[in-house]
Order: sequence, then structure tokens, then C-alpha cells
Amino acid sequence: MLTVQNLTCARGGMPVLSDVGFTVEAGQALVLRGPNGIGKTTLLRTLAGLQPTIEGEVDYPEDQGAYASHADGVKAALTVLENLQFWADVYGQSDVAADVLPGGTAGQPPAAPPGGGFTPTRGRGLPSVLDAFDLDDLRNRMGGTLSAGQRRRLGLARLAVIGRKVLFLDEPTVSLDRASVSLFTDWLKAHLAARGIAVIATHIDLGLDAPELDLTPFKAAPDMGGGADEAFL
Amino acid sequence: MIALLLRDLRLAVRAGGGFGLGLAFFLIVVVLVPFGVGPETELLSRIAPGILWVASLLAALLSLDRIFALDYEDGSLALLATSPLPLEGAALMKALAHWITTGLPLTIAAPALGFLLSLAPDAYLYLLISLLIGTPALSMIGTFGAALTVGLRRGGLLLSLLVLPLYVPTLIFGAEAVRRGADGLDPTGALILLGGITAGTFALMPFATAATLRINLR
Repeated sequence: MLTVQNLTCARGGMPVLSDVGFTVEAGQALVLRGPNGIGKTTLLRTLAGLQPTIEGEVDYPEDQGAYASHADGVKAALTVLENLQFWADVYGQSDVAADVLPGGTAGQPPAAPPGGGFTPTRGRGLPSVLDAFDLDDLRNRMGGTLSAGQRRRLGLARLAVIGRKVLFLDEPTVSLDRASVSLFTDWLKAHLAARGIAVIATHIDLGLDAPELDLTPFKAAPDMGGGADEAFL
Repeated sequence: MIALLLRDLRLAVRAGGGFGLGLAFFLIVVVLVPFGVGPETELLSRIAPGILWVASLLAALLSLDRIFALDYEDGSLALLATSPLPLEGAALMKALAHWITTGLPLTIAAPALGFLLSLAPDAYLYLLISLLIGTPALSMIGTFGAALTVGLRRGGLLLSLLVLPLYVPTLIFGAEAVRRGADGLDPTGALILLGGITAGTFALMPFATAATLRINLR
């Protein structure tokens, strides 16, 4: 469960949102709405812990948050698989990835092996992640040669390999085509069904059955505080 | 943390210039010196320790600004900061990767270049040891400088101004150890102080770097 109480967050020392409060239950998503510059990104960065809160409390299970920004963090000189493997390792999920990495079977779709003993659980094993985001044909391509949409898909696939429950997604569908958006929505629905949480800033309709929060009423008064913080920076 | 180190090394190798650039710079600086001061063997051999050390400082400086800049630009730094990897550990690994791609090749190449400057025969061993002990400090301090200037456009020059003064103690004791070795004196004291500086940077710099990164990522 994600709880936010009386949250004031600032960008560049200036408070942009104040008194934000909401609760998201496990298995639910929250869609953030509001015009450009209202503070959606700032709110998500604050929730993810990238910047300190000015006031108020953010509470969610420790070590369960993951943040996806405008930028995907895809390394141009690493292949799609290596990019995913790196993030899986950083999040201590290397076992998830290890079984496909040797690359000998590269290009093969993750066909169910005979005997049926091995069926990757939904969304976690690398083969199914590559499948879910339609990256299978690209697995050995360098990150630098991907198109913007493919890179974004890879950035989103990262969320699937790191095994985190509470996701903070900043415009996840930018530069995705319609088919990719529906791939992502399918994955997100599966994630929510597994009692995940997602807070999403987006301008399009994802087709999720999720409540929306318009941030406009929380806009901070322009003269609120801030000055003192500037002195410390 | 090892994953980060391996990734950085792999990127350095693939992007090219990771290993080669600093080394080539080092080579050129050292080769230029005899042209500048003339071919007097005696003079060259007297200034060789200082030249070799100054050149390795400059070569180490060359690739500093890329330590965090690339990760900052493509967003991986913010993702790393929100990952379970402690930022202090990430800073340490970044410095280590920088040392492996810069400091270590410099250390290995330095004796060959010492030959060009007709370094005294007794000094080669101490040149190798002093660089081996001293260059990790250069990477640690440099990583801190890179964290300070991470969000800045054209941070490279500012980075040099910030970092070079901090390199002074390493330079003094490093060059002193080699000089004493060349003169047949006992360089242990200088080497111990050099090791102390390096150990100090290892103890303090990851925390300073991580704190700086957190502020810069806000």
C-alpha cells in the first residue's frame, strides 16, 4: 500500500505542489493528470526518493519502489540483453536472467521445453519479458541502434526484470506506437493483478481501470517558503 | 556492485578511447618533454620523476568528466540512485572502473616511458610502486570532482580546476618517492604517506561523492 500525506514537494527550491494526499491499495494504479509543468514529474521523483520531501510523508514498503523517468537509461554500447541483465543484477534478480543469457539459443523464441517442467512465471523470466515487450528479435542489437520506441520498450522491460512492486512511471508511453502501448498495458495489468502498485503520469488513456488524480488543485502558492532552502543549496 | 563495475569496463572497451586515450596522452606529454628541454641526459634524468608524475595526473584528469556525465545524460544515474545499490558503492565502483581504465595502464606504461627520459635505473621499481599506490587516489578524488560537476554543461574545465589542487599531496609524495629511489635514498617514508593519502580517499571520498550526487540529482 502506498500512502501519501500532506506532501509538499519542490523543484529547484520552489514548492510546486503542496498538501498532496492519496492512498493506493495493492493491486491498484493511480493515474496523475494535470497540465504541463504542474509537477507530475516532481511528485514522482519525490515519491521515488530522488529528492527530499519539503513536508509530509510518503509511505510504501521499503525496497519495493522503482522509478522510470523520461530517459530510459539504455546504454548505447550494450545489447538489449546486456542492458536488461545489468538492471537485473543491480536489483539482485540475476537468477531471473541467468537461464537464457548464454546466448547459444539467441533468436529462438522461448518455446516451452519438452517435458514441460520449465514454465516461466508471468513476467519475470527474461524470455517472457522479452516476449511481453516484443524485444525478442532485438535481443542482440546494440542499444544505440534502437529506435526511440524500441528504446522505450526496453526501458519499460527493465521494470519487469527488477521485480519491484511499487512503480513510479513518468510518461511511460511516450514514443510508443499503439501496439506497443497495448503490450505495455497488458504487462501493467498483469503486474497489478500480482498485487503491484503503479503511479503513472500520462496524457493518454491507457485503458486501465484506475482512479485519476488531477494535480491542479494542489498547486503550491508561489510565495510559499522556499527562500530558506535556497540558502542551504 | 560488481555488475556496475563490469558494465562500466565493458562500456569503456566498447566505446573505445577508454583505455587508449589517457595512455596516448601520457605518452605524448612525456615524449614532448625532451623536445622542450633539450636532449641533455643528465637534466632529463633529474626531472624524470616529476614529469612522469605530472603527466599521469593530467592523463588521469582527461577522462574524469565522463565518469558520471554519460550516465547522467541517459538517465541511468537517476535509476541507479533509486536502485538498491547504495550510491556510495556505486561511487566506489565508478572510481575503480576509472582506475582500471586509466591508472592501471598508466602504471604499467610508465617504466617504458621512464626509459625515454633516462630515469635512473634504481628508480624504476619505485616508479611502478608509487604509481600503483598513488593512482587509485587520483581516481577517487577525480570521481568526487566528477560528481560535483555532473549536471553542468562544460563542466570539464571547472572539474580540472577543482580536482588538480586536490591532487597536490599525491603528486608531492609520489614524485618524492621516485626521486629518492633515483638518488639511492630510502623512499619508504614517502610511499607510506602516499599509501595513507590513498587509504584516506578510499575511506572518505565515496561518501562525499554519494552526497554530492544526491544533491545534484534533485
